[in-house]
Amino acid sequence: MKVGLFVPCYVDQFYPQAGIATLELLEKLGVEVEFPERQTCCGQPMANSGFSHLTGDCDELFTESFAGYDYVVAPSGSCVLHLKEHLHSKKNPSAAEDLRGRIYELVEFLTDILQIKSLKARFPHKVGVHQSCHGLRGLHLSQMSELVAPGFSKPEYLLNFVEGIELISLNRKDECCGFGGTFCVAEEAVSSKMGKDRVSDHVQNGAEYITGADLSCLMHMEGILKRQKSGVKVLHIAEILNAGE
Amino acid sequence: MVKEETQHKGLTEHSGLADIFNRDEQRVNWHDETLWFVRSKRDKAAHSLPEWELLRETASQIKHNVLSDLDTYLQQFEEQALINGVTVHWAADAREHNQIVHSILKKHEINRMVKSKSMLTEECHLNEYLKEHGVEVIDTDLGERIVQLAEEPPSHIVLPCIHKKKEEIGELFHTHLGTAAGESDPQVLTEAARQHLRESFLTRRLALTGVNFAVAETGEFVVCTNEGNADMGSHLADVHIASMGIEKIIPRRKDLGFFLRLLARSATGQPITTYSSHFRKPRAGQEMHIILVDNGRTVQLGREDFRNSLKCIRCGACMNTCPVYRRSGGHSYHNAIAGPIGSILAPNLDMKAYADLPFASTLCGSCSNVCPVKIDIHDQLYKWRQVLVKEGHVSPVKAMGMKAMAFTFAMPRFFAFAGKAGRVVMKYLPFVVSNKLNPWYKEREMPKPPKESFREWYKRERR
Repeated sequence: MKVGLFVPCYVDQFYPQAGIATLELLEKLGVEVEFPERQTCCGQPMANSGFSHLTGDCDELFTESFAGYDYVVAPSGSCVLHLKEHLHSKKNPSAAEDLRGRIYELVEFLTDILQIKSLKARFPHKVGVHQSCHGLRGLHLSQMSELVAPGFSKPEYLLNFVEGIELISLNRKDECCGFGGTFCVAEEAVSSKMGKDRVSDHVQNGAEYITGADLSCLMHMEGILKRQKSGVKVLHIAEILNAGE
Repeated sequence: MVKEETQHKGLTEHSGLADIFNRDEQRVNWHDETLWFVRSKRDKAAHSLPEWELLRETASQIKHNVLSDLDTYLQQFEEQALINGVTVHWAADAREHNQIVHSILKKHEINRMVKSKSMLTEECHLNEYLKEHGVEVIDTDLGERIVQLAEEPPSHIVLPCIHKKKEEIGELFHTHLGTAAGESDPQVLTEAARQHLRESFLTRRLALTGVNFAVAETGEFVVCTNEGNADMGSHLADVHIASMGIEKIIPRRKDLGFFLRLLARSATGQPITTYSSHFRKPRAGQEMHIILVDNGRTVQLGREDFRNSLKCIRCGACMNTCPVYRRSGGHSYHNAIAGPIGSILAPNLDMKAYADLPFASTLCGSCSNVCPVKIDIHDQLYKWRQVLVKEGHVSPVKAMGMKAMAFTFAMPRFFAFAGKAGRVVMKYLPFVVSNKLNPWYKEREMPKPPKESFREWYKRERR
């Protein structure tokens, strides 16, 4: 099995450690991983702003970079959802269509494709899980609180393999953090308030770390935590699953 | 200073109005908690029915059927209503609707009327129209009466005065209804409103109600209230006018059960509204009118991507769950219908005036999940954004930035280089550089740029 690692633009630039943890974790689990270097972005920042007609070149680049792999894995639910729903190619339409079915967010790749039943990791801390909206409601990484349906959580299933970890519970288990791409600056007041409220739910319930499958949300919450000079830190779930030993 | 700031941000846009709403953080907390409480009640009510998701799917499919055969159902409804002795009017738009109401008033020489809750009349700005024509309208839904006294529009379709605290309502009642100064006990205030409204019910000869559901096979319509004010108004008046959007049709009486079970549970967490009143024919000596209003609905019906928005049964669940609505208040949407559903309905009426609304969302998707008729609200918000950009309703600055971003991402080498040169590529991303002018930086720090990017690390370590 050959996996193409997609490291979204802002992860590449600001959170390389999450990309490294993803790579190391997959290798530890016996997967052959490559990082095609011509990759850039999934195109979502443009599309969610209403400019999906400008994502053509991004799409071509992505298709070209990843068409040869069995799977594409990325440590970001939001980018993955965007690609699954919107990746198109004029040059190679069938390759893009085919690729849409082989793109996975890291957590779902571990639970659904690799179907791992155990993991060697240690992280003796109190951790709050942030359910990122696109991972939650788009990729169904966990059950959504609005629906009358049996509960499950793929991120928590994985985190429960980690030795010493204590998962805290939240007052609002799956409310949005307010990042929302350009929303975070276009609607600054509401976005910041949502971020502050989400962070305070974790802090009040005793989290030392906030984790999740989407760094954009974590970046938003980190921005709030740092401004508040809080000691609570954010970590991508790959960093916890790859921790310790 | 405040004025300049808001002018700069655009007082007519959601973001500017939300900014003002957020200056009182305690109040935002209170507003958020109040509506979250309603969402929690909805969850509890929904979870008490194991068949909830099947109910939603069924109701959605019934509405699907209605929308695909709307003309036939409307004609069937009209035919039955006429047989029942009801006068049926067709209004192409808000103006025509208001004129029809006014003509009925004139015919009976009536210049004072009562009205129960109808979001359609808010959409048509009926009260303002009638006021200009010398007609006094008293809204009889308590929440609507409160915002009417405050000379404000409703901020929520089910809970019109949810943005007001009981102390503020006490002040309004003191001024208008003569309650004691400083009185804010809900029971005392409600009693004062009851006495005031009772007098209105007894003396007004014309009552206008909304319509929740109109049954094609029987020509009857159903009005749901918790206060019985629609019943009080219409039973006491000589003339009953019912205004309805043409999408309110359901095919058969037996379909009603699905909607009545979903409506109140979704709206307030009640198993059913206190009154679900069926109106079929005028009582002896009474005149009954139904006004069927299009006002843009057939245009929306023709937009394939947005057609499903017409399934809406006006429960307000999408507002209660929306993290943006709860923290920006209904008035920030500057439209009769606020929140997520308002944001997909409004651009259909006027793209330019409401171009901001589809962007007033993080696309979190919670709205689509609580919607009792399964409208794909967040997907439609995304689709409206594409339409609004194509139609030229976003700022040229934003369009330029987006082109620069697309250019950077299309060039891997430039992207890598731009990243290396102090992560300058990020100035094209939504979360721009750290300076005081940047909205990101107002309440949030930027991530600290690492020594090397992932791709630099990969090149060094793995190649």
